[in-house]
Amino acid sequence: MSPTEPSNASQGNSGLVLSARDLTKAFGSNEVLRGIDIEVRRGQVVALIGPSGSGKTTVLRSLNGLEVPDAGTVTFGDADAGTVRGSGAGLTLDFAGTVGKREIAALRDRSAMVFQHYNLFPHMTVLKNIIEGPLQVQKRPRAEVVAEAERLLARVGLADKRDAYPFELSGGQQQRVGIVRALALKPQLLLFDEPTSALDPELVGEVLGVIKELADEGWTMVIVTHELAFARQVADEVIFMDGGVVVERGPAAEVLREPREERTKQFVKRLQHDV
Amino acid sequence: MTFNWDLVWSSFGPIVGGAVTGTIPLTLASFALGLALALLVALLRLSPNKLLSGVARFYVSVIRGTPLLVQLFVIFYGLPSIGVKLEPWPSAIIAFSLNVGGYAAEVIRAAILSVPKGQWEAGHTIGMSRPETLVRIILPQAARVSVPPLSNTFISLVKDTSLASLILVTELFRNAQQIAAFSQEFMILYLESALVYWVICLVLSTGQSALERRLDRYVAH
Repeated sequence: MSPTEPSNASQGNSGLVLSARDLTKAFGSNEVLRGIDIEVRRGQVVALIGPSGSGKTTVLRSLNGLEVPDAGTVTFGDADAGTVRGSGAGLTLDFAGTVGKREIAALRDRSAMVFQHYNLFPHMTVLKNIIEGPLQVQKRPRAEVVAEAERLLARVGLADKRDAYPFELSGGQQQRVGIVRALALKPQLLLFDEPTSALDPELVGEVLGVIKELADEGWTMVIVTHELAFARQVADEVIFMDGGVVVERGPAAEVLREPREERTKQFVKRLQHDV
Repeated sequence: MTFNWDLVWSSFGPIVGGAVTGTIPLTLASFALGLALALLVALLRLSPNKLLSGVARFYVSVIRGTPLLVQLFVIFYGLPSIGVKLEPWPSAIIAFSLNVGGYAAEVIRAAILSVPKGQWEAGHTIGMSRPETLVRIILPQAARVSVPPLSNTFISLVKDTSLASLILVTELFRNAQQIAAFSQEFMILYLESALVYWVICLVLSTGQSALERRLDRYVAH
């Protein structure tokens, strides 16, 4: 089995990794989130879909503290287990109150993000990109971290790129490094923000392939994506958002093949025509 | 009139000596202190705190809006009248550091802002705090962008240190002035000192190119 199987920190009896309740967020007078609920169970893959401006990326970023919602709660693990950091117990952030740096840091301890534009560190080699977090932040032993980074790189087919700089890689290769960088943090939850939107069409497949493998291995993931065919393939649940609310949610096959809501129908139809 | 070659050779020692014991250490000390100050001022200017960024903005405005010679005179000739007496060397280092601090702060601020926001986010997402992200992710990238404009500041500083001759610092140009006054050979001495400044700046330009090449190794060409 792979050295980085999904982290199995205590997550209560429910198997709930994450639950977000009633998230709201406004940028000025623009309400981007108007009461969003999301639950993610261990091993589950949730796909967030919806038109641009629907708020799906803001939801994802809120789960990693890159956006701070105006109100609502985000709970990792068992909600009743308290909010102690690093104890493996649950964590609850109530955004209606003041959320400090330590709470945000605790949130980021539990999830890792893969960005649309990869956001690799251009001044570091591939290996350094991957070990930076585990080494500098998590203070894990160097030998262990390097060995694991090398194993992960080999798994995504980039063992020979260990000492390359990001600019020497194709977009697809950079994104695979981005995924490895996230995996190396050993998060409970992987977050993907439109991971293939910036890629040339012929490079999309290699990245989706890696994500699919991670899903098969049992990683818990939330993916914002426009790739409906891919969502149908890997997602257990699809959430369709529009105008800051969840319009429809359910098993991938249902939502994408036989949507009930008119807005979902139109969105799915439009995207499929584009393809 | 015959060209006074003897004077050229005999004055060469004191002029180059002034560069080695005056101009160069004055430049290095002022630039190092000025850069540290500039980084602090740049961070203050970028701070969300209105008071802090206002103080930094005011400082930059005063430094850039007044002549360096006046700044030098305020510190050396002006401060004693409010009871602060400083020797020539400390006065010069303070004045030049403050000056570099004002100019380089703007360069560093722009360089920090030129690093894409996604780099901050990537730092945060691997668990780094803001200061950690700044030091390990942002500043190394900002450094690359700021080398050419900071080199300008550095080279200007080498030449600006000649102003220290006016507050009695023994450096390259003051030595040249003294020999010129004594020998009455102004053209020879002043051209000779110009040549020495030029050579120093040529060496620095070469250093700049080498540094740029080194920092460019992770960028597509």
